[in-house]
Amino acid sequence: MSSNDNQFPLWEVFVQTKSGTPYKHAGSVHAADKEMAIMNARDLYTRRNEGNALWVVPSNAIVASSPEDMGAFFEPSNDKAYRHPTFYVIPNEVKHI
Amino acid sequence: MENVMELEAQFQAKIDRGEFIEPKDWMPEKYRKTLIRQISQHAHSEIIGMQPEGNWITRAPSLRRKAILLAKIQDEAGHGLYLYSACETMGISREELNHQLHTGAAKYSSIFNYPTLSWADMGAIGWLVDGAAIVNQVSLQRTSYGPYARAMVRICKEESFHQRQGYELLLSLCRGTAEQKAMAQDAMNRWWWPSLMMFGPHDAESAHSAQSMQWKIKRESNDELRQKFIDKTVAQAEFLGLTIPDPDLKWNAERGHYDFGQIDWEEFNNVIRGNGPCNKQRLNHHVKVHEENVWVREAANAYAKKNAKKSETLVA
Repeated sequence: MSSNDNQFPLWEVFVQTKSGTPYKHAGSVHAADKEMAIMNARDLYTRRNEGNALWVVPSNAIVASSPEDMGAFFEPSNDKAYRHPTFYVIPNEVKHI
Repeated sequence: MENVMELEAQFQAKIDRGEFIEPKDWMPEKYRKTLIRQISQHAHSEIIGMQPEGNWITRAPSLRRKAILLAKIQDEAGHGLYLYSACETMGISREELNHQLHTGAAKYSSIFNYPTLSWADMGAIGWLVDGAAIVNQVSLQRTSYGPYARAMVRICKEESFHQRQGYELLLSLCRGTAEQKAMAQDAMNRWWWPSLMMFGPHDAESAHSAQSMQWKIKRESNDELRQKFIDKTVAQAEFLGLTIPDPDLKWNAERGHYDFGQIDWEEFNNVIRGNGPCNKQRLNHHVKVHEENVWVREAANAYAKKNAKKSETLVA
């Protein structure tokens, strides 16, 4: 019965809750094309004014880092404490910095 | 072999630290299988759960009630889809999930195999069935698999509407005529025990519990959750003026909880085995609609293909 089943490609959905805020991943939908994807995303993820803007992206277009090499991959930022403002000692007398 | 044991130890340590597991993380095969079973069962329950309520859409007593019921059923579809979406991150396809439901390889909550005989059942389902589901789902917001936990957070936000509309519906009936009040009591009598069964077997008899607790898939045991539900529901029933159909139900000051009577596990197992009042009807309906709509999916695919080709030639 399911041999001819075709539930359409998978799309990832990103919702912006209000203008000025970043788009946030909400989940996924199935859809045959981009028009259907954005309508399904609206019906599924914004039934209660959760957003005023949407992105849908074909799931297979997303490239993700892999958890196995997480340590090495993000290592370059580990030894650069001088990138943080707290690295620098400024005398108390100096204000507004 | 040693490598797997090491990976398993790291996996457990991660869970013990309270971190979440994400789709691309290494996980034991049994963790994956347990979650696919649990999340898909949960998703199927939401989808099959649309049927008993769909039964009353055309007979809702007012436009207000009809609009509410439609919105609630649409939410159930939404919840099913959030959960399918979470389940698919474990590498199983929607097609396979459907197939498992249709062949009986995957189950859904046995509560939806009971018929909805009167309008008051729409109230009892919202108040009791969704009420029981909320207790379970609130706990699952902290489940160890990230996509499942996130789906639960979203569902819990929406579920409160389901319970409150059900309670309000029953309140109207209970403040109405003697016949309306009797209708509410009849619904209470039929839905109380199946609602308690929704939490599953007692902890001692629960097949998957210990491992699921260790992996923090489950955060509280079946019996703990069931007790929570009873404790908060009794006063709500009293306010409605309805009697809970359990002569053994009474407050136990020493435990700080309500004691309650024996659950009929034979009935529970019988419904799970497929012999409930509506098992065949529910599944047949799902299969029938799925098959009747093949042409819609084919047409949508053909249209998408044609348009993709068109935009290709335009670019070229």
